[in-house]
Amino acid sequence: MGQFFNMQDLGAIAPELELMLFGMILMIADLLVENKKWLSLISLGGIGWSGFFLYRLHGAIGSGIYAYGGLLTIDHLAWIFKLIFLIGAALTVLISMKYLDIEREQHGEYYALIMFATMGMMFMAGAMDLITLYISLETMAIATYVLVGFLRSNQRSNEASLKYFLLGAFSSGILLYGMSLLYGISGSTRFLDIAAALDQRSLNDPISMLALVAVSTGLFFKIAAVPFHQWTPDAYEGAPSPITAYMSVAVKAASFVMLVRVFMIALSPLYQHWTLIMGAVAVLTMTVGNVAAMTQTNLKRLLAYSSISHAGYILLGVIAAYSPPFSSATGMTAIQIYLLAYTFTNIGIWALVVALRSREMIGEQIYEMNGLAHKHPTLAVLMLIFLLSLAGIPPTAGFIGKYYIFAGLIETKHTALAVIAVLNAAVSVFYYLRIVAAMFMKESADKTRLSLSPGILVAMSVALVFTLWIGFYPDPFINLARELFS
Amino acid sequence: MDFFRQHILSIVAFWPLAGMFVLLLMNKENKALIRWWANLVVFSGFLVSLPLWFWFDVNNSDKMQFVEKHAWIVTLGADFHVGIDGISLLLIMLTTFLGPLAMLSSWTAIENRTKEYYAFMLMLQTGMLGVFISLDFFMFYVFWEVMLVPMYFLIGVWGGPRRLYAAIKFFLYTLVGSVLLLLGILALYFAFPTLAMQNPELAAQFPDTTHTFNILAFQAMAKYLSHDFQWWVFLAFFVGFAIKVPMFPFHTWLPDAHVEAPTAGSVILAGVLLKMGTYGFLRFSLPILPWATVYFVPLMSTLAIIAIVYGALVAMMQPDMKKLVAYSSVSHMGFVMLGMFALNPNGLNGSIIQQINHGISTGALFLIVGIIYERRHTREIAQFGGLSTVMPVYATIFLIMTMSSIGLPLLNGFIGEFTIMMGALQHNIWWAVTGGAGIVLGAAYMLWLYQRTMFGKNDNPANQNLLDLNARELATLVPLIIVAFWIGLYPAPFFKILDKPVNKLVETISPDYFKGEAPKAASAGETR
Repeated sequence: MGQFFNMQDLGAIAPELELMLFGMILMIADLLVENKKWLSLISLGGIGWSGFFLYRLHGAIGSGIYAYGGLLTIDHLAWIFKLIFLIGAALTVLISMKYLDIEREQHGEYYALIMFATMGMMFMAGAMDLITLYISLETMAIATYVLVGFLRSNQRSNEASLKYFLLGAFSSGILLYGMSLLYGISGSTRFLDIAAALDQRSLNDPISMLALVAVSTGLFFKIAAVPFHQWTPDAYEGAPSPITAYMSVAVKAASFVMLVRVFMIALSPLYQHWTLIMGAVAVLTMTVGNVAAMTQTNLKRLLAYSSISHAGYILLGVIAAYSPPFSSATGMTAIQIYLLAYTFTNIGIWALVVALRSREMIGEQIYEMNGLAHKHPTLAVLMLIFLLSLAGIPPTAGFIGKYYIFAGLIETKHTALAVIAVLNAAVSVFYYLRIVAAMFMKESADKTRLSLSPGILVAMSVALVFTLWIGFYPDPFINLARELFS
Repeated sequence: MDFFRQHILSIVAFWPLAGMFVLLLMNKENKALIRWWANLVVFSGFLVSLPLWFWFDVNNSDKMQFVEKHAWIVTLGADFHVGIDGISLLLIMLTTFLGPLAMLSSWTAIENRTKEYYAFMLMLQTGMLGVFISLDFFMFYVFWEVMLVPMYFLIGVWGGPRRLYAAIKFFLYTLVGSVLLLLGILALYFAFPTLAMQNPELAAQFPDTTHTFNILAFQAMAKYLSHDFQWWVFLAFFVGFAIKVPMFPFHTWLPDAHVEAPTAGSVILAGVLLKMGTYGFLRFSLPILPWATVYFVPLMSTLAIIAIVYGALVAMMQPDMKKLVAYSSVSHMGFVMLGMFALNPNGLNGSIIQQINHGISTGALFLIVGIIYERRHTREIAQFGGLSTVMPVYATIFLIMTMSSIGLPLLNGFIGEFTIMMGALQHNIWWAVTGGAGIVLGAAYMLWLYQRTMFGKNDNPANQNLLDLNARELATLVPLIIVAFWIGLYPAPFFKILDKPVNKLVETISPDYFKGEAPKAASAGETR
């Protein structure tokens, strides 16, 4: 048994253990601490400490090192995604403090659940085994279901939570079905064994196909790809805004790293099949997301559809990252840079959406942002920069992300997909500019009052700095993403 | 001074942006200070750009000068790389020259949200200059897109009644083109390493380069590119640039944007922004994709001729002065494209000169329309008549600019159109015939506009007491008149600057041109 429990393995999951520890501390502290503000600071401290351990790990690892006898890997891909999760979690905590006060739902479990969900994601990023993957997925998902329904007295929040839970459980079921088939084929739950077993079988083997279809359906549900996206707008709209932000960056990134691992390792022998499926799904996802976003009047729903379309671009990155005989360098860099850029940019936008919520106003309609530029010119300009970044206009982080996706597609000769992707990117500007037009070109709505807090301002500043930094000088980030191949 | 000389292009380009950051610190209530400051910044920006004109080495005008290169995004191979040849020199001078005039024309027109307005104007100026100085395709693309944002705001905030529609239409149209352009750039970007590996002589020209966005490297790559590849990339570039020009049938954003934009926005839009499209063709499509350029001549010339005739016909029927001038732009840019795709020295020379001319005469016409709009808050032609009796100076200047626009000898328009027609004639007589018809139509709609507004009886009571031009308005128009006469009477310096880069372009596209067609070119020279 020494093989399974040595100190080195424990060190490999130190960041996750830290989060779990702090999650428990938070639950206890909730009983003792009167001023709940402290809880958010404790959780920030926990995330920071976990980040510190993650940073220490970076020096110690090379790609392809396994812990727990191959159940977990701590390669660079996992490392960078763990970083994204921690950033997402920290920024979410920052924008949650005041919001929970306004909703009168300031409870310790909230922060503890974020800790547990993040822990689940971090295990997902390193999972090299179906069981590990599934358990960490459910750890994340169950915590998130609760968080979506956290506004107990709010009907929409409850409805969103129930929908999210039902569809999430359903998709987990399908995923599990596919996993059981994979286990049946290979007799193992390890990704590498599964790949080897699939390689032995003929390419059009019906059982392999069934497994592929079931697994991809489950995974597409999780990343909210069309046609499995219907839960997203409802869940995003009903959830507390900071949690929507969290879902749209961290949960989405986690689902993507899971998808990348499963497709690019376990299902790699079937890539000729899944790139076809994925190409079609990506095109649908971008297009449906963009077209649906155009007609939305509710800000949260609009951003939900926008987030759906962004998943489509990242799927294209996955295709570019696995198109033998071409190098996967550009595509893999694209996935990581895109998600990193998207995390900062999107949190920046959601911070403002959170700030729009005050006791007097729900602040979810686009018209409620009318004339924001007169009252809060600085915030309006920040919002403008974030929106341009989502739209992929240089010199912002979003452009560098999109640039890499397009570059990967061109490099791997997926010209048709590239054309569809760029046209979608152009069309998406239409609805982002609607928000810009509301802020800068419409007459002021008198009642707009932002509930700003230091947390929100810090989160927005961090988001701004990184959005522009990645936009103007992406070298350090690209190098971080490229270490995978060195 | 040495420092200034080595970094002059960066200084010229970022001068307005630096001014913008200072402007952001000012109190938005202090409108006078903001106006003075913004005008000072662009005017001094023009002065700063003047040394370019004098230091530019005309004998090497086909070589990139004032080059400055720094590593920027190392992992991508994108550099901060600037430099200009004769073509970009003229367009940069046009930009720095029109900027102050446009800025000055907004002095009283913009009372609302002054600070933002001037900030966006300054940002726009830097964006346009950046496009013309870039020698790195990535950097070029960044400026090309960034520039959309201030223009979107200028139209959307300070525009006319349908400003939101016009602004988003402008943004979307241009963006669709730009993203396809990006794909073309990426295709070249990934083609370079392969070609450099296969062709040692290409690799020798650019040592230590694997992935690069260097435009000069792309131009050197031209002769190694396969026809199929050129065909696709040309198409991608074509959409990107043709929307900007705008060529028929991509022109529909232009009338909306022009009519809704504030006067200064229209001046910059017509004067400089449209030139970015033609500049794109000259700098990228022609030299990098010579085979495809020749292949697409029939398509391009057809579209250009349609634009000339269609633009002119539609302009004739417009009841709104500004819309008329906007459609005249479509027609004039058709001439520019026709001359360019004649692919001979005369055509290209005329095409570039005509770009400058169009900036001057159409810029002036938009200023003229803006002045009357500021007084009467209408641009409907039927509202006016006999204005020459109450506004004699205005009428005189309007007359000069009308003549410039229709190509009367002694004025700039004549030089451009005449050279283009010569180039077109050398290429194909029918081009010249239809082009000539376009000139006649152009004279018709402009003169008719002039007749309806300036002559006749001034019987509309609202027009009885209109004030003639004041000193500030004169100051915006007189420099344009001076340059119009300069180009009209003594265009030699311009042709001298363009001579070498144009010949180089022609040689890239048809290497035998100066051998085989020597007698023809000589006789054309005599006629001039």
